[in-house]
Amino acid sequence: MEFLHDLQTYEFLQKAFITSIMVGIICGVIGSFIILRGMALMGDAISHAVLPGVAISYMLGINYFYGAVFTGILTAFGIGAITQNSRIKSDSSIGLVFSAFFALGIILITRARSATDLTQILFGNVLAVRTSDMWLTLAIGSLVILVVILFYKELLVSSFDETMAAAYGLKVRFIHYSIMFLLTLVTVASLQTVGVILVVSMLITPASTAYLLTNRLSVMVLLAAFFGALSAVIGLYFSFVYNMPSGPVIALATTALFLLAFLFSPKQGIVFRKIQAFNRKKLA
Amino acid sequence: MSDIISVKDISVSYFGKQVLENVSFEFTSGHLIGILGPNGAGKSTLLKAMLGLIPKDKGLIEINSKPINDFRKKIAYVPQRSNIDWSFPITVKDTVVIGTYPSLGLLRRPRKEEKEWAMRCLEQVGMQDFANRQIGELSGGQQQRVFLARALAQKADYFFLDEPFVGIDVSSEEVIISILKKLQSEGKTVFVVHHDLTKVKNYFDELILINKQLIDAGPVEKVFKTEIMARAYESPFLMLKDLEVQL
Ligand SMILES: Nc1ncnc2c1ncn2[C@@H]1O[C@H](COP(=O)(O)OP(=O)(O)O)[C@@H](O)[C@H]1O
Ligand SMILES: [Mg+2]
Repeated sequence: MEFLHDLQTYEFLQKAFITSIMVGIICGVIGSFIILRGMALMGDAISHAVLPGVAISYMLGINYFYGAVFTGILTAFGIGAITQNSRIKSDSSIGLVFSAFFALGIILITRARSATDLTQILFGNVLAVRTSDMWLTLAIGSLVILVVILFYKELLVSSFDETMAAAYGLKVRFIHYSIMFLLTLVTVASLQTVGVILVVSMLITPASTAYLLTNRLSVMVLLAAFFGALSAVIGLYFSFVYNMPSGPVIALATTALFLLAFLFSPKQGIVFRKIQAFNRKKLA
Repeated sequence: MSDIISVKDISVSYFGKQVLENVSFEFTSGHLIGILGPNGAGKSTLLKAMLGLIPKDKGLIEINSKPINDFRKKIAYVPQRSNIDWSFPITVKDTVVIGTYPSLGLLRRPRKEEKEWAMRCLEQVGMQDFANRQIGELSGGQQQRVFLARALAQKADYFFLDEPFVGIDVSSEEVIISILKKLQSEGKTVFVVHHDLTKVKNYFDELILINKQLIDAGPVEKVFKTEIMARAYESPFLMLKDLEVQL
């Protein structure tokens, strides 16, 4: 419990703590919608595609936020444009666009900054969270949570039955790009904590874990937020106590939670289904 | 007073391939209208074009000479069952509550009133006992009834159903058709895409027969005749086998 003591003592640890909890929450929330819309790959793409934006921001001496959001959005539109205007299928156009952006990002970053910076951006370093990063994360987090609360109904119907949503007049295209925009913001907020490469695990895994445990979207979103935050705190702990990179630890923590649900979830879990099947056989 | 819904000269193509060509027809409200035609004839496309879900090359769809866009909230759409993600985390009841969303508008949430109304719609289709089930845990016929309940919850004036009877049990089919007939008797307009030719006469009072172009549209007695039907179906033998039962 030394960790708890340190948490009370060190300000940098408190910042890291608050930031990682917020990152966990918003990744879980947005991730829930991402996986239900079948856009997991898109999440991966956008997270990689913010890299050149970060590099360009360094070069221009502006906050990495602006560049990252810019290239993130550009990617979403680029993928949309290729899919709609050619016969290339959506998964291919996603791979095509994001690998190009990611490659460009790596070259730009190595030119602009040192290799250590690259490692931090790729794999996260939650202990290096600055005050400004924390406030940025809190601002993005509040925005994401507010939008999801206000437009929960619209997000639900457009994810579940986009045709009906369009039929009664919702702007489903606008909703799609709004989600892409929020996704980009969440990715940028997660850069320090998890790093570019593993943001996808925070987006997809806690939401998938929650998906196995409930039949209600609202519960799924809350559970995903909880699992995300829990994983992030576990990551912070190992990062601080054992000096490990935070991103990979967080990714493994999300996976461990997923495996627990996969095996033991009352409805979907393998173990319970096996037991049920066994009991049924005994009865028969 | 009955309304007039008219489709004026619409053409639709996908990636340059024309699927509907100069289709026009007109109906007054209070009819149960079957949209018939062979596989790939453009029935679903016609429905989607009428709902404004896909771009048209040309043409107009109007209700009382006003664009159909002005009536969107009064239009309920029941999708083809294959277009729904049945593993979505949503219960039967919440699915029906979605039917109240159009009238709620942005920002307002469904409250007790909307939820009770959704339950009453579920009762109409006989699915109230399944309210808390996840939608994937139902049979095909039950799923179709739930989506009809959602359409009822919308309190719409126009109903569009795409192949509602495909792959469902007989009792669900009876429940659905009796509700559609009730809607018709209340003066609502119901369009049903259908490709099984048996029971056409029992189900519909008006027909639209298409195969890329409009073959014919009007009262069942007028359209549902061998020589007219044969013009829509490329393989007359298949069709005749189905038709003998009725003609
Ligand atoms: N999204 C689409 N993209 C390209 N072609 C399509 C699309 N939807 C339908 N089609 C084509 O348009 C034609 C009509 O399709 P559809 O309206 O689904 O027919 P029906 O419902 O009568 O079986 C078919 O040839 C089909 O292959
Ligand atoms: Mg069809």
